[in-house]
Amino acid sequence: MATVMIDLKRLGDVKAPAGFAERVLAQAGMADSYAVFETVLGPVYVAWNRLGVSAAMRSKSAAEFEEWFRKDVGRELLRVEAPAAVAAKIEDQLRGKRRLQFDLRGLTPFSQAVLQKTLEIPRGQVRPYGWIAREIGHPAAVRAVGTALANNPIPYFIPCHRVVRSDGVIGNYGGGGPEAKRNILTLEGVQLKRLETLARSGLRYEGVKSTKIFCFPTCYHGRHAREENFVFFHDEAEARAAGYRPCKDCRPAVA
Amino acid sequence: MEGTERVFERLVRDHQDRIYALGLALTGNRHDAEEVAQDTFLRAYRALTAYPPDRVRDLKQKAWLHRIAVNVVRNRVRGVRPRLVELNGSEPDRGSGPEEDVMRRAEIDELAARVACLPARYREAVVLRHVQELSYAEVADALGQPVGTVKANVHRALKMLRGDNHGDGDD
Repeated sequence: MATVMIDLKRLGDVKAPAGFAERVLAQAGMADSYAVFETVLGPVYVAWNRLGVSAAMRSKSAAEFEEWFRKDVGRELLRVEAPAAVAAKIEDQLRGKRRLQFDLRGLTPFSQAVLQKTLEIPRGQVRPYGWIAREIGHPAAVRAVGTALANNPIPYFIPCHRVVRSDGVIGNYGGGGPEAKRNILTLEGVQLKRLETLARSGLRYEGVKSTKIFCFPTCYHGRHAREENFVFFHDEAEARAAGYRPCKDCRPAVA
Repeated sequence: MEGTERVFERLVRDHQDRIYALGLALTGNRHDAEEVAQDTFLRAYRALTAYPPDRVRDLKQKAWLHRIAVNVVRNRVRGVRPRLVELNGSEPDRGSGPEEDVMRRAEIDELAARVACLPARYREAVVLRHVQELSYAEVADALGQPVGTVKANVHRALKMLRGDNHGDGDD
């Protein structure tokens, strides 16, 4: 009888498998899964949960990503094999189709509003920080917008690289510095040279003579116009004085 | 609900080994053990989110989780006999260093499979008493049976495990 009881006691010493607690927490919605995905931008670490993608970073190692995530987002993290379904959505998202959902819990309502608004900027276009501030109803909070974008936990997917300074400087970028920002914008088809030349001359808006509408220079409404049919404006007043109205898509000014 | 999440996380970390071991002893293989353990904690989580704060605070976590786990096992598809021990596919234990040899793991699995072959009422009683080392009162509480019944079932289970199947004779 005694040996049977000793054997049974050993059965009680069994440990749960590696990662068990994290899997349980993930199923209860309290931990996020993550994997590294090969993308056009190179390898990107992406974390997600039931609500959507919660973080993305081009970290040097899994350890670096985990440390950043636990500190910044404050949830547990579980490494998994990259699921094909998520990989396909990520690829589509980076190509400009909007298929991903995002989990922005934990951010302030202001930051959430900034990031939601940033998601509206189409691929191949850019907007100034002041545009975001005005669109979310805090026109004076331009600096706060910059801070919210600098702390974007999901760069590339929430395209904070499409927000630039109104003086034409592309500006810094949390997802890998100014160079990375330029590279991604070029990849998306933004003509950086044209944009910067205009900005250096103080020209912020372009108008098309035939339509009498003025836009931000990257707005796709100007895409078919010939270069000689563009007129450029320093500011809203100048454009309106010339008889132009603001574009209803890129909304360079309140209509 | 932040409080509930903290409580739950601690609950999982504190009891994961114990509940996994219980699952292994009751089902006889590591795959089912993990399913049972996961199911147990997820039920516990749903219950915690519904309980008022003072009930969560006064909860006797160990006994409560054992009761849930026993019910999870009881509710699994009836008539499923324990499968043969899986020799591959399952993950290594947490904290099992290189010194944990394959032999020891195989022995554990074989033992678990033997326990799993016991009739359910003997198996539940003996596992809670001698694998999980609960007191007879705690076992009786977890199983919802009188203490005397539990004692008798434990005794019969030990006899069967010892290979003595010839009724309640000596000893």
